Amino acid sequence: MATKIFKHLQSSIVPLPIENIDTDQIIPARFLKATTRDGFGNNLFRDWRFDKEGNPKKDFVLNHPTYSGKILVAGKNFGCGSSREHAAWAIADYGFDVVVSSFFADIFKGNALNNGLLPIQVSDDFLKKLFDAVYADAHAQVEVDLDNQFIKIVSTGEQETFEINPYKKACLINGYDDIDYILSNKQQVEEFEKR
Amino acid sequence: MGQTLFDKIWDAHVVSSKEGFPDILYIDTHFIHEVTSPQAFDGLRQRGLPVFRPKQTVATADHNVPTWDQHLPIKEELSRYQVDMLTKNCAEFGIELYGLGHQYQGIVHVIGPELGITRPGCTYVCGDSHTSTHGAFGAIAFGIGTSQVEQVLATQCLLQQRPKRMKIEVNGALQKGVGAKDIILYIISKISAAGGTGYFVEYAGDTIRSLSMEGRMTICNMSIEMGARGGLIAPDETTIEYVKGRKFAPQGEDWDKAVDYWKTLYSDEDAQFDSELYFDAADIEPMITYGTNPGMGIGITQHVPETASFEAKEQGSYTKALNYMGLHEDQSLLGKPIDYVFIGSCTNSRIEDLRLVADFIKGKHKADNVTVWVVPGSKQVQQQAIAEGLDKIFEAAGFPLREPGCSACLGMNEDKIPAGKYCISTSNRNFEGRQGPDSRTFLASPLTAAAAAITGKVTDIRELLQEEELVG
Ligand code: SF4
Repeated sequence: MATKIFKHLQSSIVPLPIENIDTDQIIPARFLKATTRDGFGNNLFRDWRFDKEGNPKKDFVLNHPTYSGKILVAGKNFGCGSSREHAAWAIADYGFDVVVSSFFADIFKGNALNNGLLPIQVSDDFLKKLFDAVYADAHAQVEVDLDNQFIKIVSTGEQETFEINPYKKACLINGYDDIDYILSNKQQVEEFEKR
Repeated sequence: MGQTLFDKIWDAHVVSSKEGFPDILYIDTHFIHEVTSPQAFDGLRQRGLPVFRPKQTVATADHNVPTWDQHLPIKEELSRYQVDMLTKNCAEFGIELYGLGHQYQGIVHVIGPELGITRPGCTYVCGDSHTSTHGAFGAIAFGIGTSQVEQVLATQCLLQQRPKRMKIEVNGALQKGVGAKDIILYIISKISAAGGTGYFVEYAGDTIRSLSMEGRMTICNMSIEMGARGGLIAPDETTIEYVKGRKFAPQGEDWDKAVDYWKTLYSDEDAQFDSELYFDAADIEPMITYGTNPGMGIGITQHVPETASFEAKEQGSYTKALNYMGLHEDQSLLGKPIDYVFIGSCTNSRIEDLRLVADFIKGKHKADNVTVWVVPGSKQVQQQAIAEGLDKIFEAAGFPLREPGCSACLGMNEDKIPAGKYCISTSNRNFEGRQGPDSRTFLASPLTAAAAAITGKVTDIRELLQEEELVG
């Protein structure tokens, strides 16, 4: 089953300069009851985004008419807490293709990569530049090039390279997935079991 | 050069290791539950694949189950649907299910160990971050996402990059009233909620050695709360004694062979860790958290930190957390009135936890202003508690022993803490809304929670224990 293919993107960004955003904030537990992967985007950041009556909270960035785009930029240690993959599904389902932070929790990073959502870890400095750029101009464009592994603020030309596991990079660019890879080694798995 | 315990177990489970690719790691047992598995089973159907090793897969229903009147159908429709889906999927794919009403049902990280499924030297995964609990037996155990659940169902393997290794040593004698939960909350408060990211932690030192298996499970359980993939503790006599005779523990000759192997499972003297940390047990007070991540913890007599003690860029997040909690900087939490007390979750719902609480509250009554929920981790824990008469002690103190499940650890089932209310909880997460929308959580040990149940406010358990000694 092929995952989504990702190579290159240019977009404006959505800033969320909060640290330690845990997966309970990204998608609260009470919305984990669906048994398919779709539709979680409606409840992304539910309790920050809507009040108890379900009305949008005006001051939350996703409800702000000025900010939009396919790149979410968030504070340090993004995606900590529960291992729920629903968090990655919610972000992707909402329409983001890339999440940028200066630090990601391990399980979230893996989950994102398994769903065609690219987590990009940048330096604290570059993260600040991204926030500065979007607060100076809400439509500031950011370019992400997976092949050459860089992220760039188009207006200033400032850029930074990012790390990604070469295997995971190949998966994203070609749309493979881990199960295909392990099954191609099935004989070795069976031999291992006999040891 | 010597090897770490982690590397010994990892190397024994590598099916294939290729330059530039993650290792293919063999998984001995895969635990599944109702929340993170339905999409994985769907994926298998779409690919037309069976479960590769159904006998190495164990299922239970825990997150969504009510903890009262479990014999009745689940009231909440979506919860019921998810639990029913698990039953259907397990039947279709030939997986053993310890579902609602089964004598072995319970929180997945409680039933694995108590059934003897969790053993030294093995690998375990589950679509749940607290899978790290099983590391207490000297095993590699960690949480995975749903795509990986599908991967393990389809192949009994997982693609994984070897994490870095960290050693955390705790040495010395603990103060009275201080236990395993305080140790781990203390460590996390020192290294932060992200301090272990990228690492697998081995806990060592004589304080850790002196802990029971239950205490060790509490420690390993919360490894994820410092960002670590998992944590483990080398097996010893305590471990072997615990596993011996359990339902799925090896028997006869197999047992002897297993024990011989387990005795080789320790980090060699000259093993290299990527990071090493040392703590002194005497420095640890009963702990409590004041904020909205488990790293925001203090000794119970300390004050909530001042905003100025944080770096400028962290101050916004810090203020947000204090506002959410309805607290202010430099405040002491002692004496703060509490609305709810929750004793349960995969961190602290084992028989030893219930015994400790029962022993302390015996002959006392809960304060009028608090609602107390004591939730056993499994059907077996519940039965054992009843057999020992603990249920009577709880009843007399003004709260009933409930039925097993995740309960108020996460606001997913019926047990939710109402908005704005304060709960002292023995669970592992104090995130915003974790126990119900706008609920406020203070994480603490079972004894500190029990003390609050009796006094109705945040209390230093050491003082109560001392008074008792004087009277006694
Ligand atoms: S008790 Fe809480 S932390 Fe443990 S498995 Fe259940 S929901 Fe997760």
